Amino acid sequence: MKVDLYERIWIWAAALMIIAFLAAVIFSAGSHAVHPPSRIETVDPTKVLTEGEFTQAGVTTREDGSVLVTGLARMFVFTPGVMRVPAGVPVTFRLTSPDVIHGFQIVGTNANAMVIPGYVSQFTVTFDRPGEYLVLCNEYCGLSHHLMQAKLIVEEAP
Amino acid sequence: MSGVELPDRRLEVQHFAVAIAAFGLGAAMAVMQALSRADIPLPMRSEKLYYLSVTAHGVLMALVFTTFFIMGLGYFVARETLGKLEWKGLATGSFWLALFGTLMTTVAILSGTSTVLYTFYPPLQAHWSFYVGATLLVVGSWGFCAVLIRTYVMWRKDHPETPTPLAFHGMLVSVIVWILATSGLAVEVLTMLVPWSLGLIKTVDPVIARTWFWWFGHPLTYFWLIPAYVVWYTIVPRHVEGKLFSDQLARVVFIMFILFSTPVGFHHQFTDPGIDASWKLVHTITTYMILFPSLVTAFTVIASLEVAGRLKGKKGLFDWIGALPWKDPFFASVGLAMLTFAVGGFGGAINAAYAMNAMVHNTAWIMGHFHLTVGTAVALTFMGLCYWLMPRVLGRELKFPKLAIWQPYLWFVGMTIFGGINHVVGLMGMPRRVYSGKFLDSEVAKGWEGMTLISAYGGVILFISSLCFLAVILGTWLWGKEIAPPEVAFSEPLEATGKAGLWDRFGFWTVVAVVLIIAAYAVPLYDLYTMPRFESLPFKPF
Ligand code: HEM
Ligand SMILES: [Cu+2]
Ligand SMILES: [Cu+2]
Repeated sequence: MKVDLYERIWIWAAALMIIAFLAAVIFSAGSHAVHPPSRIETVDPTKVLTEGEFTQAGVTTREDGSVLVTGLARMFVFTPGVMRVPAGVPVTFRLTSPDVIHGFQIVGTNANAMVIPGYVSQFTVTFDRPGEYLVLCNEYCGLSHHLMQAKLIVEEAP
Repeated sequence: MSGVELPDRRLEVQHFAVAIAAFGLGAAMAVMQALSRADIPLPMRSEKLYYLSVTAHGVLMALVFTTFFIMGLGYFVARETLGKLEWKGLATGSFWLALFGTLMTTVAILSGTSTVLYTFYPPLQAHWSFYVGATLLVVGSWGFCAVLIRTYVMWRKDHPETPTPLAFHGMLVSVIVWILATSGLAVEVLTMLVPWSLGLIKTVDPVIARTWFWWFGHPLTYFWLIPAYVVWYTIVPRHVEGKLFSDQLARVVFIMFILFSTPVGFHHQFTDPGIDASWKLVHTITTYMILFPSLVTAFTVIASLEVAGRLKGKKGLFDWIGALPWKDPFFASVGLAMLTFAVGGFGGAINAAYAMNAMVHNTAWIMGHFHLTVGTAVALTFMGLCYWLMPRVLGRELKFPKLAIWQPYLWFVGMTIFGGINHVVGLMGMPRRVYSGKFLDSEVAKGWEGMTLISAYGGVILFISSLCFLAVILGTWLWGKEIAPPEVAFSEPLEATGKAGLWDRFGFWTVVAVVLIIAAYAVPLYDLYTMPRFESLPFKPF
């Protein structure tokens, strides 16, 4: 196939650009373990309100000093509605839904996960900046979807 | 009529008419949504109406307008390049079936029983007629696919050596991509949503449903885009008196879309539980591969336009751009569509970035992104093409030519505002699909207020542009002066492809694509189906 010189240059440039993009993505995934939330764990959505860890939604500090937030996203509230966590400490979120799909987005951070009934979403974030953050649902879940929100308060580390 | 016999175009006209009607309805809903998000107190503004309208707008624009337009264009291209259509009865039957399905789904949405948005993720459950209507639309589109494939096979028998005419080559690729895409949708709808909405099964698994949906959802975007590329490659260069820069490369580009447009769906599910991170990474890699044919297209198309400028005697680095017919409504639409696509495609590379995706997932950024890509690169190309098609198909001169020339520029301005500001406010964290951006007067949300207002202005400009478009189309159809239809001519390449070869082996490439799809999906789907899971009962919070 005859390919014009400029075109050949462009094809190579495009290929290189794509390889560079991919290298960046794979490198960051490998070296800093930046993965999107991908927990594989299931839970019975008809029972999460009555039995098991999600009946005790709240913030707990574990022995190693890391923090666990167990939470529920449901039409149209998050529990706990206010989460207080320390700055500079890894915070692990474990979330699920007893009804439809919701989103869990902490505005101003890159914490962003789908919360899907029947599954547990889990991810860990370290908040460096103390302050008050808006947590909102970013997946349509019904007519009051736009009201579904919570507050995350990151406190100065003790 | 002045003695010129118009060929029979009934089939194409029917398809375009449905497409344009869907567009008009979708545009009316759109402006209301844009105003609502800015908390402008319209009369009758309500949550119920907003989400209903977003459902209707998404379905009418993304599924009905595009599919019908592409079917009409496919028939047109087949007739023009291969000389005739086989199985015309099937084509007509499929049209009515698809139209019936569309009406069924539209009624389901407007009745308020199916406010599930155009992604219809379970366990939100719509009325069964929503899913059944959508199924009929897709089955109708399969009739279209069968007609195009049959027409090609018969043509190929008579022309064993001739390379597939490029315009048809692209349309056939689009057909193949559509078949690969809708196979996933069929599994979701037929094995899960239809029986579930009829009460035959009680529960469905939302992650499995999303996986089948996005098996469909990403190649869907290429099903829209490839016909736009067909216009860019094979109609525009000729229209501006240029030549297609590289015929061979265009074929390679189309074939790459067959290969890579489907095994990428997890880039829409990056933040989903239930899917292993390593499979998400695999889909990231294939997603970047699909960037390649689009980058090549950018070069070839721009080079073809440059050839046009050069043939008009322009010698400088950029002065050929000025030599292009920017006052021609068809060219202006396509030129602006391309420009918008350059920006939109760049944003796409960010969405696809595995880890960066978390910054933008489900925010207004995504909404900004697809309005630049499908909402402009594709839709504005199609609107522009209508200006080119009307005289050729109906034998009528464009009515209101001034409006026709203003229309693409208005769209461009409106979309630059609307798309641009939604990218920005999305980065600031504002989610998509919200009736109001206030979030109970939270401090952060106050920072979004001015932006949603600007976005609403963009929406109003877009709406005015839509009205101009509809006026020109209706005016031409009803009152346009009858003329001898101009010639339908496709671009000549600088260098023609000699003989049919590797790039005409559609069956072979489809098999390779199926292998890639199996490689990308078999294991994660097997894992999902076989692990202990708890499925969901239906919910109707609307
Ligand atoms: C008349 C110009 C248009 C305007 C003013 C407009 C405006 C909007 C608005 C305000 C939304 C809702 C955003 C949200 O709350 O997240 C939306 C959603 C959407 N639009 Fe448009 N749009 C226009 C044209 C188009 C076109 C031409 C297409 C595609 C061919 C399109 C496809 C979509 C899709 C797929 C959605 C997503 C619905 C969803 O999130 O469920 N729009 N549009
Ligand atoms: Cu929600
Ligand atoms: Cu995609």
